[in-house]
Amino acid sequence: MANPSTTLPGVPDATGTEPHREGGGSVYVYQIPIRLWHWATVAAISTLALTGYFIGSPLPSVGGEASDSFLFGYIRSAHFIAGYVLAIGLVARTWWALVGNVHARQIYTVPVRDPKFLDELWWQVRWYSFLASEPRKHVGHNPLARLTMFFLFLQTALFLSVTGLALYSEGEGIESWQYKAFGWVFSLFGSSQRVHTLHHVGMWVMLLFVMTHVYAAIREDIMGRASILSTMISGWRNFRDTRE
Amino acid sequence: MDTFFDVLRRQGISRRSFVKFCSLTATSLGLGAGFSARMAHAMETKPRIPVLWLHGLECTCCSESFIRSAHPLAKDVVLSMLSLDYDDTLMAAAGFQAEAILDQTMKEYKGKYIVAVEGNPPLGEDGNYCMVGGRPFVDRLKEVCEDAMAVISWGACASWGCVQAAKPNPTKATPVHEVIRNKPIIKVPGCPPIAEVMTGVVSYILTFDRLPELDRMGRPKMFYSQRIHDKCYRRPHFDAGQFVEAWDDENARKGHCLYKMGCRGPTTYNACSTVRWNGGVSFPIQSGHGCIGCSEPDFWDNGPFYQRLSNIHPFMVEGTADSVGAKVAGGVGVAIAAHAAMSAVRQAQRAAPGSSSSSSKGDSK
Repeated sequence: MANPSTTLPGVPDATGTEPHREGGGSVYVYQIPIRLWHWATVAAISTLALTGYFIGSPLPSVGGEASDSFLFGYIRSAHFIAGYVLAIGLVARTWWALVGNVHARQIYTVPVRDPKFLDELWWQVRWYSFLASEPRKHVGHNPLARLTMFFLFLQTALFLSVTGLALYSEGEGIESWQYKAFGWVFSLFGSSQRVHTLHHVGMWVMLLFVMTHVYAAIREDIMGRASILSTMISGWRNFRDTRE
Repeated sequence: MDTFFDVLRRQGISRRSFVKFCSLTATSLGLGAGFSARMAHAMETKPRIPVLWLHGLECTCCSESFIRSAHPLAKDVVLSMLSLDYDDTLMAAAGFQAEAILDQTMKEYKGKYIVAVEGNPPLGEDGNYCMVGGRPFVDRLKEVCEDAMAVISWGACASWGCVQAAKPNPTKATPVHEVIRNKPIIKVPGCPPIAEVMTGVVSYILTFDRLPELDRMGRPKMFYSQRIHDKCYRRPHFDAGQFVEAWDDENARKGHCLYKMGCRGPTTYNACSTVRWNGGVSFPIQSGHGCIGCSEPDFWDNGPFYQRLSNIHPFMVEGTADSVGAKVAGGVGVAIAAHAAMSAVRQAQRAAPGSSSSSSKGDSK
């Protein structure tokens, strides 16, 4: 898994110098675009989940003249803006998977036929089941994390972006490019109301991902053999021991 | 064959009234000023198109709506102009006599008649759940549509299936477009469709000799390209965040948005908020009741009508996306907490001095 830190021309190193620590050495894993995308997506999903919840179950009615207030309009606007951040971010992230370093494409594939991957996946399951005394070393995602990223995050984010753009196209009108590009979603699922419901279910699936993702990241940062949380800020994976 | 205008003259309708009707129809179709003359010309010169109106599994609300088209002339106009050769609900003939007309029209106007279908065929038990003239309706539908120029699916039944196709759909009621696949089909959904929408669609076909432009779902764009919500007069209250919270509360009296009461306006494509009903008098939202989405596919299965969020039925329980999602998230939360607690115990064991498993570890924070 030896990987050169920054191989791409024109992409600046995070710090310029290797923040070498005592222990098992460091590897530059997450390039700047990946980290920016990660935190932008965190902000987008938080905004989307909150505003999305209030679109489905609105806040108590406001009083006064209708012209004095635009509360629901602002909530919806925030949802649409954050939705575009998520969707465009996903497109940009996919582009970076093609041009970035080897770790950038990890969550886009699952090597289900690779015996090494399956072996490490089994080991990781044992580690989470308290059956292995320590996890193995992974420069990028561990196999279980990779599975989760691919199925629970990537597919859900894609589903939410596509259904979200389809629902947005209804307001833009059937002549809009959004409807021309995503109107097929309604043919696929039947009705607008059904797409709304599925979009809402998707939000809860994403929330389950966030819960497990945050928990696993914190747990591995404490109990694992390499840095996790600081890696998504600095880009460097610091190993704590030199063993295999 | 009589033209439409001939029929009107015979019924004692003045040319002035006739021209009025043409301009009204042209306007309601969203056509320019020059088109009312073109429409008048078409109605004066073209032979009436024979229409065979079939009834399958349905409640006749489409017919009820159709014959109440608001303009004073509309019912005469449309019934005359169509040359409605067969409609077992409206026609005077019955029994073998009626069926003979059907066969005759199919033979004489082969490839030139329009089939208007109200209701849908049930496919269960070889179609025996709906018998017309002693035969399964599905057989007759296929037979009549075989030589048709085009098919009009009136209402939610013919377009989507409606209540008889709602889960669990015991008779396997099936919308027309899933049975007839080789003819142009125009869907005019609604339960029932608005009368002026029905007459408007028919007038368009007669005037221009072609079907109106259809959207992705096969509905005429001129009436179904926008949602109720897009033209709703209560929309400002929606954007402001002013909702009816309970039936008959202060906000209901003020006429605020019915979104929280389950109004399906934001997910329903129809012309109710512009054309309205009963001669433009009102429409459900104007009368203080939310839209139930009757022109949308599967609207019976997307209930309850008085709840914004549709119910879903995962794992044999019923609830909204929120109530089910919160329960699942709660379960996962408890599992994570339990796992975290066990992890903390494990970590404490590993960190304890003399523990064999952690002796070889480096700094473990």
